[in-house]
Amino acid sequence: MIVYGVALLSVCLVLGMLFGEALGVLLNVEANVGGVGIAMLFLVFASNSDKFKALTEGVSGTGIKFWSAMYIPIVVAMAARQNVAAATEGGLLALSAGVAAVIVSFALVPVFSKLGKDDSPAPDTSEEQEAG
Amino acid sequence: MDIVETVFVRNNLVVAFAVVGVVMWVSYFLADKLTAGRIHGSAIAIALGLLAAYWGGTVTGGSRGVADVTLLGGIGLMGGGMMRDFAIVSTAFGVHISELKKAGIAGVISIFAGVIISFVVGAAVAVMFGYTDPTAITTIGAGAVTYIVGPVTGEAIGASDAVITLSVAAGLVKSILVMIGTPLIAKRIGLDNPQSAMVFGGLMGTTSGVAAGLAATDPKLVPYGAMTATFYTGLGCLLGPSVLYFIVSAMF
Repeated sequence: MIVYGVALLSVCLVLGMLFGEALGVLLNVEANVGGVGIAMLFLVFASNSDKFKALTEGVSGTGIKFWSAMYIPIVVAMAARQNVAAATEGGLLALSAGVAAVIVSFALVPVFSKLGKDDSPAPDTSEEQEAG
Repeated sequence: MDIVETVFVRNNLVVAFAVVGVVMWVSYFLADKLTAGRIHGSAIAIALGLLAAYWGGTVTGGSRGVADVTLLGGIGLMGGGMMRDFAIVSTAFGVHISELKKAGIAGVISIFAGVIISFVVGAAVAVMFGYTDPTAITTIGAGAVTYIVGPVTGEAIGASDAVITLSVAAGLVKSILVMIGTPLIAKRIGLDNPQSAMVFGGLMGTTSGVAAGLAATDPKLVPYGAMTATFYTGLGCLLGPSVLYFIVSAMF
């Protein structure tokens, strides 16, 4: 049943959000701390585990894949509801701060990417995926 | 006209699906015919979305872009936080645990580095523009982290409304620039594998920006970037009104 996959996805999101919200309360922060990321970890573990096969394989899996395929259209809708007008009204200060932060962060991506590549060479990636 | 409005408003989410579908079709058509596939169709679709949002914001004076236009209200639901997060989580389906482990530590470091670097850059710009009040400097720096961290920090430390608005604007500029700039710069910064995508998500942090930027670059990278990016705003809200504010106060 397609809905099994959709339900699994939903449970992962709700559980992740609950953890993120609880983490926010624990840290005394007015925000959900990593709820979506935690939810993603749940789904990764579920889709890699044999116990959840009934919910992730075959037709059930298509219930998750559908939403994954809807990702880009949803992101386009998200772009269309951004407060772009406010961004342009912030003046030179807002523009400079935003642009400078992005340029510096872009420049650091290759620097920090090297940190992760020390232990295992990159070419292993494709082989592992095929084996698993 | 009344009938159209009634039907469109009552079925707003369905209208949004249809409208976005048409935008996607037009975008992929343009990408194919005009740029011969050099620019990704989704990048054009996102740019069109941002243009529409600008138009919606100036026409209605609202804060939700095109979603404030009565007939297109469903865009607000389709592109809202709930659907966005649902779709982001679904992209994690089929991700291998080994990929996450490989970039785990680099990913975590990049989240901390990303928050601090964006904050320092934003705060430095505020100082260059003549701000000397630590509250204002901190709030604008926090805005350069994300447009959520800015107001959360500003309200916590008692910044003025004008400064909080500036911090939101700085965060929006960042988010929009990441959406548009990522596909253009991806090759040059080596953004073509899960490891660098996790680092990218951690350094940029703006969930919307990362989500759209990676979608326009290579949809396969989305889960990795999104995973680290979603921790960024939380960390920013944690550090902004506390450690970072104390440091700025000690300096000014």
